[in-house]
Amino acid sequence: MRIRCPFCGERDSGEYTYLGANVRRSGASADDEQSRLFEAVYLRENPAGRHQELWYHAFGCRSWLVVTRDTSTHEILAVDLAKETVSS
Amino acid sequence: MRYSVFNLIYHALRGHRGWTPAWRDAQPQRAYEVIIVGGGGHGLATAYYLARNHGIRRIAVLEKSYIGSGNAGRNTTIIRSNYLLPGNLPFYELSMKLWEGLEQQLNYNAMVSQRGVLNLFHSDAQRDSLARRGNAMRMHRVDAELLDVAAVRRIAPFLDFETARFPIKGGLLQRRGGTARHDAVVWGYARAADSLGVDIVQNCEVTGFIRESGRLSGVETTRGEIRATKIGIAVAGNTSRLARMAGFHLPIESHVLQAFVSEAIKPLIPGVVTFGAGHFYISQSDKGGLVFGGDLDGYNSYAQRGNLPMVENVCEEGLALIPGMARVRMLRSWGGVMDMSMDGSPIIDRSPVDGLYLNGGWCYGGFKATPASGWCFAHLIARDESHEVARAYRLSRFASGHIIDEKGQGAQPNLH
Repeated sequence: MRIRCPFCGERDSGEYTYLGANVRRSGASADDEQSRLFEAVYLRENPAGRHQELWYHAFGCRSWLVVTRDTSTHEILAVDLAKETVSS
Repeated sequence: MRYSVFNLIYHALRGHRGWTPAWRDAQPQRAYEVIIVGGGGHGLATAYYLARNHGIRRIAVLEKSYIGSGNAGRNTTIIRSNYLLPGNLPFYELSMKLWEGLEQQLNYNAMVSQRGVLNLFHSDAQRDSLARRGNAMRMHRVDAELLDVAAVRRIAPFLDFETARFPIKGGLLQRRGGTARHDAVVWGYARAADSLGVDIVQNCEVTGFIRESGRLSGVETTRGEIRATKIGIAVAGNTSRLARMAGFHLPIESHVLQAFVSEAIKPLIPGVVTFGAGHFYISQSDKGGLVFGGDLDGYNSYAQRGNLPMVENVCEEGLALIPGMARVRMLRSWGGVMDMSMDGSPIIDRSPVDGLYLNGGWCYGGFKATPASGWCFAHLIARDESHEVARAYRLSRFASGHIIDEKGQGAQPNLH
């Protein structure tokens, strides 16, 4: 598996470390904060197919990346810098 | 047909032409009392114990491919009960005891071989940690022996003891641990369940759940609708997919784990040996191949195959432990899809949907658990209450904070 880092170009997946699904936590002030925190920490969609996930380019530019990948085929569909997707 | 040595001699003298299939390839009926989804070791064991321990007769096991085609046929065949936490120890020890009587119980040679499981340590801290584990095991009446380096040398002289980075200082040995023939476990349970009237339906994939007036009443499959009011799922690797069909999410990620076998060599490794300085375990099959594995690839996957960086990593660890392996050729590698739960421990519990029961989250400890998993899951389905050794495996433990995290990694499935 090779991942095309937007900054460094296409690199072997061994250069990256994996965190997991790109889960966003909701604001801390919500009334159902406790159950939302539980869902964000523990529950996962875990699809067989298109999956948005966080990778860290540890042996490269040290950027966090949002990678869209097919978990059934390992095909990489899109790679974005996490800081750009968060601000949008 | 009951298998025995007389039976074998009788058929041998007649040229082995009289053997009959060990189980029926059943056609699905319209309705059953209980449906088990998943024809692996866990599903078949569940069906067998439902019939044998709880007297339920109308049971179907639905398998999307052929039985044992998933993780039951992809593991490294290790059996052991060397756990630390009180939530795990009694469960895995029940499993160990069931392994010890399995072949007589099933009248099937599962090649259970208690050749010992040796966990090596390489530092004082690791010695302390394994001593603690050994003490926990002995307090639960599980056998454990802490070995010094001389004792390890007697068992496994081929290890690299003197490397500067990871010198071997000793090990924790569970003599009752060992290996079993994974396919024979599947076939043995299938044959025993079939003889009690269980229908084993192959090439029958579940595609949805049927609900009528708010209640679960059956499954939709590639071979038509099949009704039952109690449905158990034992499809580790794909538990999240079935859960989504039923409308809920689970604290599980699916990950690929690779395993490897070398060409056959003469007897070298007497039991199972695990490397303490990395994550590597190895044993030798009765055919002579070295069977070994290591870490997960580390990313979500349903592909049943992994990537090369982990192949390299596992082989490097193997050579660090057994330099002589450099001259052995690797024959095959393969991947299986693991249900990696958020605390590294399994789930045997009712699901949020009435009548739907969950058995999953086995991480990479599923094979050794097969007998106890079936035993406890059958108990849950038949009586609607957890078996006493599986009480800790509740789905609600993640929300309530009662997680069973053997490795202490937190909610990071690829690190368990």
